Amino acid sequence: MSVLRPLDKQPGLNTATILLVGTEDALLQQLADSMLKEDCASELKVHLARSLPLPSNVNRPRIDLIMFVVNLHSKYSLRNVEESLRHVDATFFLGKVGFLATGAGRESHCSVHRSTVVRLARTYRSPLLFCDPEVDGFRAPVAQRLVRMLQICAGHVPGVSALNLLSLLRSSENPTLEDL
Amino acid sequence: MDSYDTPGSTPRHSASSRLKDYFIGATPLQKRLESVRKQTSFIPTPPRRKIPQCSQLQEDNDPQKVAFLLHKQWTLYSLTPLYKFSYTNLKEYSRLLSAFIAAEKQKGLAVEVGEDFNIKVTFSTLLGMKGTQRDSEAFLVQILSRSQLPSENRELKVLWTGWFCCIFGDSLLETVSEDFTCVPLFLANGAETNTAIVGTWFQKTFDCYFSPLAINAFNLSWMAAMWTACKMDQYMAATEFLWSVPCSPQSLDISYAIHPEDAKALWDSVHKTPGEVTQEEVDLFMDCLYSHFHRHFKIHLSATRLVRVSTSVASAHTDGKIKILCHKYLIGVLAYLTELAIFQID
Repeated sequence: MSVLRPLDKQPGLNTATILLVGTEDALLQQLADSMLKEDCASELKVHLARSLPLPSNVNRPRIDLIMFVVNLHSKYSLRNVEESLRHVDATFFLGKVGFLATGAGRESHCSVHRSTVVRLARTYRSPLLFCDPEVDGFRAPVAQRLVRMLQICAGHVPGVSALNLLSLLRSSENPTLEDL
Repeated sequence: MDSYDTPGSTPRHSASSRLKDYFIGATPLQKRLESVRKQTSFIPTPPRRKIPQCSQLQEDNDPQKVAFLLHKQWTLYSLTPLYKFSYTNLKEYSRLLSAFIAAEKQKGLAVEVGEDFNIKVTFSTLLGMKGTQRDSEAFLVQILSRSQLPSENRELKVLWTGWFCCIFGDSLLETVSEDFTCVPLFLANGAETNTAIVGTWFQKTFDCYFSPLAINAFNLSWMAAMWTACKMDQYMAATEFLWSVPCSPQSLDISYAIHPEDAKALWDSVHKTPGEVTQEEVDLFMDCLYSHFHRHFKIHLSATRLVRVSTSVASAHTDGKIKILCHKYLIGVLAYLTELAIFQID
């Protein structure tokens, strides 16, 4: 199938799979390594892709969380993510999709304005995280957050579902932004 | 009775803050805090900007007087408001600054090769360099040297020029109190050491802070679109872009030059609303250039970093260097730079 659906496959026993989509290969690799270093009760699987749709001839497990990685230094990565978003089924956006924006720290190198990604995340009703991969201290906390989000989306945390998490994240933002 | 201005806020937010001000009375500091608070809750990017036009006040200034500002490369800095700066004390300031420079040179901090020059500093106001009547007057500082050699003429040679201006700086002006003078944009031409010395003196005397103004790729593409949109009678230079590709071991530079009339034709086909430039038009303009390049060279310019933009109106480099070529749009170019400087101060 060319469109990703959240529930079209059986879940693996105690496995949680995350799909990272982005044009920056080195960055995705670093994030994947940091995530796998985290100790976690479930078995983690990290898939990396430059863009969607994914090739259909490969046997892959059910994807629990998709993170779209946008590099603020490159408009190309933003366009790539916008193109890939069309290959994701609408039901995925109930808490199982997130956006990660990198490069916000070096303002002088940014060709994409921060508000563009904020608006994108808002349109798709999904959480937005900022990360600066070059700084070692930043990578570990972001990896931790992603692992926790992944565990919740895979249903491994009792009492919290992906939709619960989404509404929790949304209510902590400024309420006037809902009008946008 | 309520003089509190809430630009672009939702009705719910402004009603509560207006009520607060009725009881407390908004001091400038509170206005400043409110504007900062608003900026963190709204993402500040104006979706549309005015194309630079000839402003009314520009008719006053004499082209000859400001001709020395054109065709020179200026390094940009943003400057916080000056405390207790007075336009009537300019002679006093020039005396103090000359003494300071002489003292610094005695200390050996600024090494000048050659004879002992007689340094003279002048402060002067630049009339007509403002956007609205509320803007502070622009003023100019020059370091001149009088050569002592009898063989040369006894005329003054300009060693260093720096000028301060504020063009359409309304958003900053309404948040500072009476004692402060707002001239957020500082442009310098000349040796780095002199810029550092003058900067130190200003920081000590007026309790302000200079910081270099870098222009990122996002703003450079806005500049490219706005300057291409300007109507010109004749084009002096081609429209040129420079991109830097981040790769190891050395970064690659890609330069792309277009005939200015072609660039204008492209802009006209993209442009819809008369007199204004929107974010979508800028993106579309740049995307057309990128896709044309990709069709020929199979390189995605959108994955690289725009470093330099050069048009017949002006040219700008991402390190904060600008050269203005056209007198007609001087105020327009400076207005955008003032906006960037104010944004950096905030």
